Amino acid sequence: MAITKTGDQPPVYKRNWKEKLTPLLFIGPHLIFFLIFLAYPTIYGFIISFHNWNFFGDMSFVGLQNYANILWNTDSLFFEYFWSAFRATFIFVILSVPPLILIPLFIAIAINARPPGQNFFRALFYAPSLLSVVTVVLIWIWLLDTNAGLVNYYIGTLGLDAIPWLTRTPWVWISLVVMTIWWTIGTNMILFLAGLGEIPDHLYEAAKIDGANKIQQFFHVTLPGLKGPLAFVVVMTTLASFNVMAQPQLATGGGPGYETRVLILYIYDTAFTGGNPRAGLGAAMSVVLGMILLSISLIQFKLMTREK
Amino acid sequence: MNNEDKVSKRISLVFLCVMALFWILPLLWVISTSLKPESQAISWPIRWIPETLTFENYADVFMRQDVPVMRWFFNSFFVATVHTLLMLLFNSMSAYAFSRLRFRGRDVLFWSLMGTMMIPPVMNLVPLYGLISTLGWVNNYAALIFPGLASVFGIFLLRQFFIGIPAELEEAARIDGASAFYIYWKIILPLAKPSLIVLALFTFMANWNDYLWPLIVTTSADMRTLPVGLAIMQGQFNIQFAKLMAATVLSAIPVIILFVFAQKFIVKGIALTGIKG
Repeated sequence: MAITKTGDQPPVYKRNWKEKLTPLLFIGPHLIFFLIFLAYPTIYGFIISFHNWNFFGDMSFVGLQNYANILWNTDSLFFEYFWSAFRATFIFVILSVPPLILIPLFIAIAINARPPGQNFFRALFYAPSLLSVVTVVLIWIWLLDTNAGLVNYYIGTLGLDAIPWLTRTPWVWISLVVMTIWWTIGTNMILFLAGLGEIPDHLYEAAKIDGANKIQQFFHVTLPGLKGPLAFVVVMTTLASFNVMAQPQLATGGGPGYETRVLILYIYDTAFTGGNPRAGLGAAMSVVLGMILLSISLIQFKLMTREK
Repeated sequence: MNNEDKVSKRISLVFLCVMALFWILPLLWVISTSLKPESQAISWPIRWIPETLTFENYADVFMRQDVPVMRWFFNSFFVATVHTLLMLLFNSMSAYAFSRLRFRGRDVLFWSLMGTMMIPPVMNLVPLYGLISTLGWVNNYAALIFPGLASVFGIFLLRQFFIGIPAELEEAARIDGASAFYIYWKIILPLAKPSLIVLALFTFMANWNDYLWPLIVTTSADMRTLPVGLAIMQGQFNIQFAKLMAATVLSAIPVIILFVFAQKFIVKGIALTGIKG
């Protein structure tokens, strides 16, 4: 900063001083919140994971014990619970990601063919995304109720037995996936629609001249043209499915047994419920899950930078 | 238009109609249930059109003393509104500095901030609660309003837009001796209205619908937000479905109104941030 000797050139001094401070005044307010509520907790989370803590008393350092108890100490009860939660999360990801990509993809392609009512269809399929997960789950609990639900009513009229949608394997998985599909396809559909809109018409014209039928056009023009949005949607959907929590918590209670107690639900149970919250164990599990999610994000980052 | 296009249009329409049934019927059934007396909610055979049409479930949801639905509405509305206004202010200020001001380390700082978008939110759940309880903010509006302001997504979204605003407008004002704050407030913000609306909608809806964080940081019935209250109500009402569905419909009305008026912004916003993000 150039400080003038006397007051003979105050404008220069003032402008320099002000110009240095102005950007800080603009980014400062957000930066304060960022440092307190994002940067600090990220570091604090690692620290907590090396301690035993119940959020109130003193922390006691236990080294890697929390990690040992979930990752390799097979005698620990937490080991069993953690891996059962890991299994549940993995099942949900495997079952939910393919339909969460294919169904909105087909819907987007159908809407892109510009049939009558295309705006109505787009609004309808997007509408449930506006609802909170609680609203969606309550709707589906009612629809899937074993005795009084609409779904079992129609299954009954076909002469079939009532299905325990929310209390028995494998039905619980179908229920959780169906309500998630109903809730969240809207965003992916809009991303696909935007991607389809960017594919130039002349590519389809050229394909037609070459004698390609609609199916050939799909594989040789549409799919390659959607590569960017598709990669993005796959990663975002996978991350979202790994983060599932409210659907099993509210619809199945993590049951039957621990069948649908997914990782974030188990983290919630461990760290935030009961008389003795285990913050350290919860933090350690969050770190492990966080590292998995971070690797998925990094893969996406690599893919996207390579594209450019 | 050739024949093949007509055929594919027709196939598309049939496919969309079949899918639409799966999306419409649950909504209609919920509304139908909410308008039935509790005694008819579970009837055999089922009736899509209520035998007796009644609004008693809605009235009951508002009147009850034991489940303060109106209070939850207020909490959600208050928290989401204040949170959204602060987010717009702080993020637009930041985005202005990152797009229109020159200072040392600007781009390094910006991309470092953007890099933190990759930090999975679940990692911060436990430490953030630890911090909030140290601050004495458990069961306090502050815990619902402030931590989310750390998000950097809005800065990214607004900066994309601010960059596109022609520099001449700003330079003319600068030559006239206008301060940076004047330019930000009187020139950039009015021009950036569409992007501010998109950010406001995303922020408001995300906060209005948030579940896990408010579930953790609120402890008494009168501090719950609507989603958390509804989830707890499910246990309290002991599965009286007609009333539960009435509450469900009510909770959805604000976002549906928002969507009707702002659909075009939402669609544009998703496409913009999705493709470019």
